[in-house]
Order: sequence, then structure tokens, then C-alpha cells
Amino acid sequence: MTLTFFWIFGVVAMGGGLLCITRKSPVASALWLVVTLFALAAMYVLLDAQFIAVLQVLVYAGAIMVLFLFVIMLLNLGRPGPTDIKGPVGIGLAALLGGTLLLQLRVLGHAAPPAAIQLPEGTMATLQQQGMIAAVARPLFDAYLIPFEITSLLLLAAIVGAVVLAKRKL
Amino acid sequence: MLLGPALGISAVLFTLGVAGVLLRRNAIVIFMCVELMLNAVNLTFIALAQRLGVGGQVFVFFVMAVAAAEAAVGLAIILAVYRHRQTVNLQDINLLKG
Repeated sequence: MTLTFFWIFGVVAMGGGLLCITRKSPVASALWLVVTLFALAAMYVLLDAQFIAVLQVLVYAGAIMVLFLFVIMLLNLGRPGPTDIKGPVGIGLAALLGGTLLLQLRVLGHAAPPAAIQLPEGTMATLQQQGMIAAVARPLFDAYLIPFEITSLLLLAAIVGAVVLAKRKL
Repeated sequence: MLLGPALGISAVLFTLGVAGVLLRRNAIVIFMCVELMLNAVNLTFIALAQRLGVGGQVFVFFVMAVAAAEAAVGLAIILAVYRHRQTVNLQDINLLKG
């Protein structure tokens, strides 16, 4: 049952991605990408990552895609113009690289994950006891404290950089 | 048991992202394809986190933060370029091309 739903959302995600890279209008591309992001959020739920699924909807489908649509609107790119898909060279290159990547999938298909990578004993019981959010949040302030603080610096730098870049005159 | 399908779907999504970057000329669409690739990698992290512990989910959290920062700065750069050249077509933006 879970597997069926997983495949349904997977097909939706892949279809959305395909339509995203082939639509002429940037607005249509952005909206198909939102479909993909929502399907991915559903897959995260099926993979026991509820907190990340909520973040996916809030941050990706909410904030980042609104930013994209806002810039498309600001630059007035919404009207469908002549297609911007590259000529035969671009299509050939994309098909070649895509084919190579997909061929490598076949190797991945019959690779079994080594038995050594297994959850430590009792992890699942602890998870069920303290809940998923605590399980994700605790390492953030514990083992990953320094990366977490660096992320805040990165976001600050991004805010300042975006303002400086987008401003006409400082 | 969902690991195999998840890795497969993630690989297909990543391939679509790469193909999009190579195929399109519109800077904003290329940007969206980069986001698609980041999401494909996130799916891999989540699928393996189910088996290896929540470290992968913490990493996805960081990837999302970096993606947000990247989107903000990248779109600001696109705005600045558009103001100079009145286009987001990467074929016409070739000032660095000697």
C-alpha cells in the first residue's frame, strides 16, 4: 500500500519535473515545479520525515517559489514568447548526459545496501518516544551546533548581498 | 523497502534537472532546474536517513537553508543583469566571453 502511494507520488514528481523543463512560459515551469515539490513532500511523509515534509511545503513550495514567481512578474516574463529551448546541439547534449546518468541507474538497480548500515539497536523505540521533531532538532543544537550557527551567518550574508545586488543605488 | 524506488526517482529527477540546465536559455528556468537537482539530492538524503538515522534529515535542513540563500542572491543577480541588458536569455549575456 505504502509502496503504491510512493510510486504514485513519484510518477507525479517525475512528470512535474519533465513538464517543468519543457514548458515555454517561465510561469508554467514554476507552477509545474511546485507540483513536483508537493509530491516530494508527500514522499518525505512516506519516508518517515514528517518535519522535513512540512519544511518542504513551507520553505520550498511557499517561500522560494513565491520568490521565483515574484521575479518573473517583476521582469514581466509571463507572456509566452519564442521558445528558449536550445537547438539540436543542446538537445543532443542533454539527451547524451541524461542517457548516461540513467544508464548508471541500472548499476544502482542491483546494488544491495551493505548489511553494515543499519540503525543502531533501539533507535526506533527512542524515536517513537520523543517524536520526529525532537529527533531532528536535538542534533541541530548538539552535534551540528557549529554548522547551524554558520548557516545563520550564511543567511545574513545572503540577505545583505541580495539587498546590495538588487538596489539601484546604495 | 522504499529505498530502491526513492533512489531511482531521485536519480530521474536529478537527470531532469541536468537536462533542463543544458536545454534552456532562460536564466530563471535554469535556476529552477538547479532547485530541482537540490530536491533530488534531498530525496536521497531522506531515503537513506530512514535506514541510517536522522543525520540525513538534519543535512536536508542545511540544504534547504543554503537553497533559500542561493535563490535570494541568484534572483538578485538576475534582476541586476536584467537592468543592464533588458534580457534574461543567457545567450545574450556574454560580456565575459572575450
